[in-house]
Amino acid sequence: MSSREKILPLLRENARYSTEDLARQTGLDVEEVEATIQELESEGVIRGYRAIVDRNQIEPERVRASVELNVTLDRETGYDDIAQRLAKFPEVEGLRLVSGDYDFAMDVEGDSMSEVSNFISEQVAPVPEITQTVTHYIMETYKEGGVEFEDGDDDDRLSVSP
Amino acid sequence: MSFEESERLETVPPSGIRRFFELAEEQDDIISLGVGEPDFAPPWAARDAAIESLERGQTSYTPNRGLRELREEIVDHVAANYDLDYDADEEVLVTAGASEAVDLAFRAFHDPGDTVAVAQPSYLSYVPAARLAGADVVDVPTRREDEFKLTREVLEASGAADADTLVLCYPNNPTGATMTREELEPVAEFVREHDLRVFADEIYAALSYEHDHTSIATLPGMRERTVVFNGFSKAYAMTGLRLGYALAPPEAIESMNRIHQYTMLSAPTTAQHAALEALRSCSDDVAEMREQYDRRRNFVLSRFEEMGIDCFPASGAFYVFPECPWDDSEAFAEALIEEEGVAVVPGGVFGTGGEGHLRVTYATGLGDLKEALARIESFID
Repeated sequence: MSSREKILPLLRENARYSTEDLARQTGLDVEEVEATIQELESEGVIRGYRAIVDRNQIEPERVRASVELNVTLDRETGYDDIAQRLAKFPEVEGLRLVSGDYDFAMDVEGDSMSEVSNFISEQVAPVPEITQTVTHYIMETYKEGGVEFEDGDDDDRLSVSP
Repeated sequence: MSFEESERLETVPPSGIRRFFELAEEQDDIISLGVGEPDFAPPWAARDAAIESLERGQTSYTPNRGLRELREEIVDHVAANYDLDYDADEEVLVTAGASEAVDLAFRAFHDPGDTVAVAQPSYLSYVPAARLAGADVVDVPTRREDEFKLTREVLEASGAADADTLVLCYPNNPTGATMTREELEPVAEFVREHDLRVFADEIYAALSYEHDHTSIATLPGMRERTVVFNGFSKAYAMTGLRLGYALAPPEAIESMNRIHQYTMLSAPTTAQHAALEALRSCSDDVAEMREQYDRRRNFVLSRFEEMGIDCFPASGAFYVFPECPWDDSEAFAEALIEEEGVAVVPGGVFGTGGEGHLRVTYATGLGDLKEALARIESFID
């Protein structure tokens, strides 16, 4: 297994592992770990590091929506062109081209439902290639980034056993 | 009328691990590296299959030997993974944990005065189970300088040549030692020369990190004299579901089943449904858990090395077996619980050859593992 194959899953599991702990877990040198991370970052394999936050527990509450977009293409305009334009909006948290009934799945975040609605109706819908938008407000998050938000992850094992 | 214990039971002392369990229970905020089971939950598909079987009301007894489909899956699984060749109808017995299978085997094949040689340090149950069957026990202490592998030399020195049965467990609890095919060959040779039978506890077979697990039953002339024990507790994190199995020639399974049919009837039905699904669809979950254990193993071994504590590079199960920094490992383990709130198990409780060491389990999340090792480091400073 290459050093990047060892490091990447660990960082995807917990980006806050120290370089030393990454080295201890993988058997690589600290220098190798640092060089590998540097490489992954400079090649754009790793695009950033963010905390997974249970938003119910922070103020002020933010509103999130997942928006389905249908588009029409023409000779001059492809998916990438439309995507690049949409991705520029700071309200857009995530944007993916998907298969199925619609073309793009877009995650939007704002301070209130009206702010998100206004953003969709005033900024997104008027884009000429966009033919339809369907907005789903997120009511509750149960799992994000591979992390379950339920309580009760207590270790109920006996403290000493054979 | 009195409840005077039988003479057989009197040969079995209370478990040495009990005292440490009680000490650990008294303490708040304890981090335990003293457990003998995974920290993961069983794969969801296996749990879901158990739930579905309950919803359908599948709670009656199964055939004594276990659900036929489960035995078939077991046979396919051990063939694919360990090159073992057994017949689902005649050579498999599904039991309530591998522990039941071990007990059955001792009772089925020993008379008072028979001798059982037990490679040690080892899981706590073999010696009591052998004694309860009326057998005498010969300790075969493995050594740090052999990385706790069983060697021809220690077999000869211990007097195992005169025993009827040899019990071994690799990957090993408590040491984390494993044995390659080449290393098992002289053991098999010794066993054939002295015409012993072998009980091979391979419950940790799926957790071998440096090389593929070899079952001693696959060595020449060994299948006919070996009972292999395995189960779902460790690889699939299903300890509390109590499901294991024995693989052995037809006449041996027939004998073990005669005790099993009167004492257990059949292994827990719900657990059999979970196990069936585990074998059918959960090998990726096992691989993922194994990967996590392997990283933690590297982490723990590195930390002990940094602390200057001698610890051989354990390559299986989820244990490392470092040398105890104090001469008295019981006193050390007790002080470590009381002063630092970290539980480990002194090696002496696992039998001859274990004294002077500590069993440290890494079936614990990295955060707790890191904190516990930091506490151990500050404790020995």
